[in-house]
Amino acid sequence: MRKRSNQPPFWLLFGAGGMLSALLGAALVFITGIAAPLGLEPRAAMSYPDVLAFARNPAGKAFLFAVVSLFAWHGAHRIYHTLHDLGIPTGLVAKLACYGVALLITLRAAYTLLAIGF
Amino acid sequence: MPEGSAASAATHITIEVLRYDPASPDGPRTQAWTIPYTADMSVLQALQYIKDQLDGSLTFRWSCRMAICGSCGVMVNGVPHLGCRTFLRDFAPGPVRVEALAHFPIEKDLVVDAEDFVDKLAKIQPWIVAKEPLGVKDGPTRQTPEELARYESFSHCINCMLCYAACPQYGLDPKFLGPGLTALLHRYNSDSRDAGKAARMELVHSEEGVWSCTAVGYCSEVCPKQVDPANAVNQNKTASALDWFARFLPGRR
Amino acid sequence: MAFRRTYVRPMDGWWRRDPYFIRYMAREATAVFVVIYAVILLAGLIRLSQGAAAFSDWLEGLASPWSVAFHVLLIAVFAYHTWSWFRIMPKTMPPVVVAGRRLSGSRRRWRPRPRSSCS
Repeated sequence: MRKRSNQPPFWLLFGAGGMLSALLGAALVFITGIAAPLGLEPRAAMSYPDVLAFARNPAGKAFLFAVVSLFAWHGAHRIYHTLHDLGIPTGLVAKLACYGVALLITLRAAYTLLAIGF
Repeated sequence: MPEGSAASAATHITIEVLRYDPASPDGPRTQAWTIPYTADMSVLQALQYIKDQLDGSLTFRWSCRMAICGSCGVMVNGVPHLGCRTFLRDFAPGPVRVEALAHFPIEKDLVVDAEDFVDKLAKIQPWIVAKEPLGVKDGPTRQTPEELARYESFSHCINCMLCYAACPQYGLDPKFLGPGLTALLHRYNSDSRDAGKAARMELVHSEEGVWSCTAVGYCSEVCPKQVDPANAVNQNKTASALDWFARFLPGRR
Repeated sequence: MAFRRTYVRPMDGWWRRDPYFIRYMAREATAVFVVIYAVILLAGLIRLSQGAAAFSDWLEGLASPWSVAFHVLLIAVFAYHTWSWFRIMPKTMPPVVVAGRRLSGSRRRWRPRPRSSCS
C-alpha cells in the first residue's frame, strides 16, 4: 500500500489563502498601507475606535483572523515548495520552519483577537 | 544568387546539436552544421539532412513525420517541441539549438532513456477495468456525448514526453508520476465504462502522485495535442484533498 | 548488448533557462510578501490590543516614506499574485460539460514558441 501524502490540509489552506489574497490582497494593502496612513480617504481612516469596534464585532473578528491566518498558511506552503524548487532539502526542519511559523501567526492572531474582546 | 541583397531570404541556416557519445570519455559537446534552408523545412528534416548528407553518426528518434507517433521530441532553443511539427522558419535566421528532451538521461545525441516513463506507464493500469465481465453477445457499450466529453481530450496523449521535459518537478525528482501519465490515468478514471479508479487513486494520493506538482503549468503549454495534463493533475489534487478528509467519514474503509 | 552510459544533465539554475520558469518563480516569490503583510497586520492587531497610543504608533509607522514605498511594492506583488492565481486556478477545476462538449480551461491553440536567441 503506497503511503498517502499529508499535503492535502496544507494545500487546502494554501488554496483558501491564495483565493482570499487574490481577491482582496491588493485592495487591503492599499487601504491599510497607503490610504489610511496618508489620510487619503476619511472613510477608511482606520481610527482606533473604528478599528477596535471592527475587531470586537464577531464578523469583523472572523474576517481579521481569516486574513492574517490564511495569508500566513498560503505563504508558508508556497515557500516550503519553493525551497524544494531551489534545491534546498525539504525535510522535517523545513516543514517545521514554514508551517510552524504559520501556526504561530495563527495562534497569536487568535489570542490577540480574543484579548481585544467583544 | 544575388549578392548582398538584404531583402533576399536566407538560403542557409545553422543547426547546433548537443551531441553525446556514450563510448567516448568526454561528456556532451556542441556540434554545428550549416545546411540549405527553405521556409517549409521542419527541425526533423534538418536533422535528417545532416544525417543523410553531412554526418551519418547523428542519432535521433523519429517515425511518422506527422505528430502522431510521439517519437521525435527534442528541445529547440530550450523549449520542448516535436521535431516534425516545428519549423525552422520560426527560428530563422538561427542558429537553432537542438538538444535531447530535458529531464531524461541522454543515451546518445538526441536519444533519451525513456525507461522510467515506460515503467510507470504500466503502473497506472492504462486500460478499461470492466465493471462486470462482458461478452460479444452483450453488444457495444453505449456512452453519451457528455460521458465522452469528460475524458476525450485526455485520450489524445501520444506519449511524446514533451510534458516531462517541461516539468521541473519531474526534473528535480524523477519519482514523480508526471503530467502525461497522470493525464492518461485520469482518462481511464473519467471513462464511464471503467471501474478501476480505486486502484489508480492509490498512486494519485501518494507523494509521487499529484502532490509533487506545484502547478507550474508548462506541461499544458508544450503539449502538442492539447491534452492539458496540468488540468488532469490539479483536478486530482482537489479530489485527493477532499478524499484525505472523506476517508474519516463513517462507512468508508 | 550495445555499450550504454547515460548522461544526466544537472538541474542547477533550471528556472533561469526559460522565461516561463522565471515568471513561475516570480509567482512563487509573491508568497514571501504575503506572509510579510500578514505579519504587518498581526502587528497592527497586537498594537490594537495594547490601547490607543500603541495603535497610533503603528499607524504613524505606516505613514513613513519607507513604509508607503514598501506598500506600493506590495500592491504590485499582490496584483501579480492575483493575475497568476486566476491563470492557474482553472486547472484545478473539474471539467465543465456544456451541451455535450467539455469547456477547455485554455482556449489557446498550441503554437511553437520561437526564440531567435539560443542561449
